[in-house]
Amino acid sequence: MRILLAAALLVLCSCARDGGVTTLRFWTIGREGEVVAQLLPAFERAHPGVRVEVQQIPLTAAHEKLLTAFAGDALPDLCQLGNTWIPEFAALGALEPLQPYVDASDVVRSDDYFSGVWDTNVIDGALYGVPWYVDTRLLFYRSDLLAQAGFDHAPRDWDEWRRVMAAIKRAAGADKYAILLPLNEFEPLLGLALQQPEPLLRDNGTRGNFESAGFRRAVEFYVDAFRNGWAPPMSNTEISNVWDEFARGFYAFYITGPWQIGEFKRREPELAGRWGTAPLPGFEGNSGGAAGGSSFAIFHSSPNKPIAWALAEYLSALPQQQAFYTLTGDLPARRSAWDFPQLKQDEYARAFREQLEHVVSTPKVPEWERIAQEMRLMAERIIRGGAPIDTALRDFDAKADAILAKRRSLLAAKSAAR
Amino acid sequence: MSTQRAAWVFITPALLVIGVFFALPVAAALALSLTDFDLYALADIKNLRFVGLQNYADVLAAPLFWKSLLNTVYFVGVGVPLSIAASLGAALLLNSPLARMKGLFRTALFAPVVTTVVAVAMIWRYLFHTRYGLINFVLVHFGIAPIDWLGDPHYSMPAIIIFAVWKNFGYNMIILLAGLQGIPQELYEAARIDGASVWRQFRHITLPSLRPVLLLVGIITMAGYFQLFAEPYVMTRGDPLQSTYSVLYYMYEEGFMWWNLGRASAIAFILFALILIATRVLLRLARRAEPS
Repeated sequence: MRILLAAALLVLCSCARDGGVTTLRFWTIGREGEVVAQLLPAFERAHPGVRVEVQQIPLTAAHEKLLTAFAGDALPDLCQLGNTWIPEFAALGALEPLQPYVDASDVVRSDDYFSGVWDTNVIDGALYGVPWYVDTRLLFYRSDLLAQAGFDHAPRDWDEWRRVMAAIKRAAGADKYAILLPLNEFEPLLGLALQQPEPLLRDNGTRGNFESAGFRRAVEFYVDAFRNGWAPPMSNTEISNVWDEFARGFYAFYITGPWQIGEFKRREPELAGRWGTAPLPGFEGNSGGAAGGSSFAIFHSSPNKPIAWALAEYLSALPQQQAFYTLTGDLPARRSAWDFPQLKQDEYARAFREQLEHVVSTPKVPEWERIAQEMRLMAERIIRGGAPIDTALRDFDAKADAILAKRRSLLAAKSAAR
Repeated sequence: MSTQRAAWVFITPALLVIGVFFALPVAAALALSLTDFDLYALADIKNLRFVGLQNYADVLAAPLFWKSLLNTVYFVGVGVPLSIAASLGAALLLNSPLARMKGLFRTALFAPVVTTVVAVAMIWRYLFHTRYGLINFVLVHFGIAPIDWLGDPHYSMPAIIIFAVWKNFGYNMIILLAGLQGIPQELYEAARIDGASVWRQFRHITLPSLRPVLLLVGIITMAGYFQLFAEPYVMTRGDPLQSTYSVLYYMYEEGFMWWNLGRASAIAFILFALILIATRVLLRLARRAEPS
C-alpha cells in the first residue's frame, strides 16, 4: 500500500513538473522571426515556467501554412499576421477578440497607435489584432535629378507631380524615365486610389466600386504616366536590381516601403545626400496611402491566451519597440516610440511618420487580396494590351462582383434570417 | 472455392490501401468539385452549397483557363518530342560499342532527375539571366543578341521547356537504354552483311524494335508534362504576362492561394479528362501505325 502511494506521489510530482513549463508557440513571418528571438530571453526570465517557441515561416508559404494549420487544428498561440490578412482569419472565426485585453492593459492604448493602422485590425466593430510594426508605401526620390529639372522639393500634389515628371523626362532623354511603376505590383495604383473620397468597394463590401469617378481618376493618372513616357512599361523582374537602377538615374521616383531605407543606405552608399523620401503626393490635399504592417493576433484555439497576450504586450512596450526598430528597421506602431532619438534623427523616416497619420485601411473583406491582383492585371491590360480604360474598368467591376458573389449571398441570407 | 477465398485474402490488403488512399480521395474530390467549398465553408460547413456543374462551366468560361491550356499544350507539344529525342540520343550514345566509361556517363546524365527542382531552378535562373547568364554569354559569342529569357513572354516558355527537358531526359534515357540492350545483335549483324548504312539500321531495326518502349515512354512523358507545375512555380510564378501559367498552376492558385477548393477540384478533373483523351489518341495512332 505504501509503495503504491509512493508511486502515485512520484507520478503526481512528475506531472506537476511537466505541467510547470508552458510552451508558448509563436509564429513569425519572414526576417522578423530571426530577430525577435533576441528579445525573448528577458521575457522568459520575467515569466518563469514559460518557454517561447518561435517558428519562422517564409512569407511565400505563410498564407498557405496558416490556412492548413487552421483546417488541421494546429494553429499556434500567438502569430504575426500581416494586417491585410486579418479580415480573412476573422471571417474564419480563428481569431480571439482582443478588446477585453486592451481594456485591461497599461501598455497597449489605442490612442497611442496610428489610427489608420489600428483600424485595419477592427473588423465589424471587433478588435482582432494589435499592431506590431507599421509600413506604408511612399515616394523615394532623387533630389539631385529633381534639382536638375528645376525643383527644390518633392511634389506635394498630383498637379505638381505631373509637372516634375514631365520636366525630369525632358531632361533625362529617351532611355531614362521619371518614375518606376512596376507592372507586377498593384501597390502604387492602390495608394493613389485610396486617396480618393469614394470607397473601393460598395454595398458593405459586396460589390466593386471601380467605375466611380475617384478610382477612374487614379487609373487615369497612373496610365498617363506610361502614355507620356514618364514610366517604363516594365515589371520588377525586368529591372532585376531596383537599387542600382535608381542610383543610375533610370528613374527618379520609386514608390516603395520603409524596408527599402536600409537597403538603399547599404547598397548605394555613394548616393547619400542625393535621395530622399516624401509622402505620396496627395489628390486635392488628400495625401496618404495604404495602411500596412503586421499585427499580433491570438488564435481562438489557443489554451494559453493570457500568456500569449503577455508576450504581445511585452513586445509592444516602448523599450522592445525601439530595440526592434534598431534590429530590423521596422517602423514602430506606437507614436510614443517615435520619440526615440535614433528614429527622430533619421531623415528618411520622417516622411513615413507624416504619412502614417493619414493612411487608410484597404477594404476589409477576405477576398481583397484577390481583387488587388485583378487590379494589377487590369492596369497591365490597359498599358501593355492597349485596352480602353472604360472597358477595363467595367470588366474589373464585373470580376470583383464575381469574386464577391459568395460573400454577397451569405450576407443576404444572414439579413433575411434576421 | 477455397482458392478463390485465398485469392481474396491475398488481394484485400492491397485493395484496402488503394481504396483508402486512392479511390476515397478521388471520390471526395469529385464530390468537392460539385460544391462551392471555399474559405467561408472552411469557417462554417453550413456555408457549403451544392452547385452542380457550375464550377465546370465557370472554369470553361474563364479566359485564363484557355490561356493556361494553350500554354500547357505548347509545353507538351514541344517538350515531349524534344525530351524523347534527347533521351533516345543519349541512350544511343551510351549503348554505342565505342562508348567508354559508360557507368560514369549513365550516372551523370541521370543525375538531374534525382536532384531537387528548387535547387537546380536557382542555378538555371542564373544561367538564364539576361545580362550575367552563361547562356546569353555564349549566344553573344556567336553574334546573337542577348535574350531576356524569363522576362519576355515569347521566350519564357522556351526557357521553361529547355529546363524541363534537361531535368527529365535522364529517366527516359534509362528505360530506352534497357530497350536498346534487348535488341538482338544478330539483326544488326545481318543488316551489316547486307550492306545497310548506320541510318538504315537505326530506321529499320532500332526504331521498330523500340516501338513498345517508345510508346510507353511517350505516354508517361506526356502525362507528366501535362502536369507542368514545379518549373514555372519556382522559375517565373506564371509570369511574364501569364505566359508560363499552366493548367496545374491555375489549379494551385484557385485551390491553395484563394482557397476555392471546389473550383480547383473541377480543374483537376478537367485536366484528368484531357490527359485521358490525349493518351487515347496516342494509343490509337500507335495502333494504326503498327504493321499488320
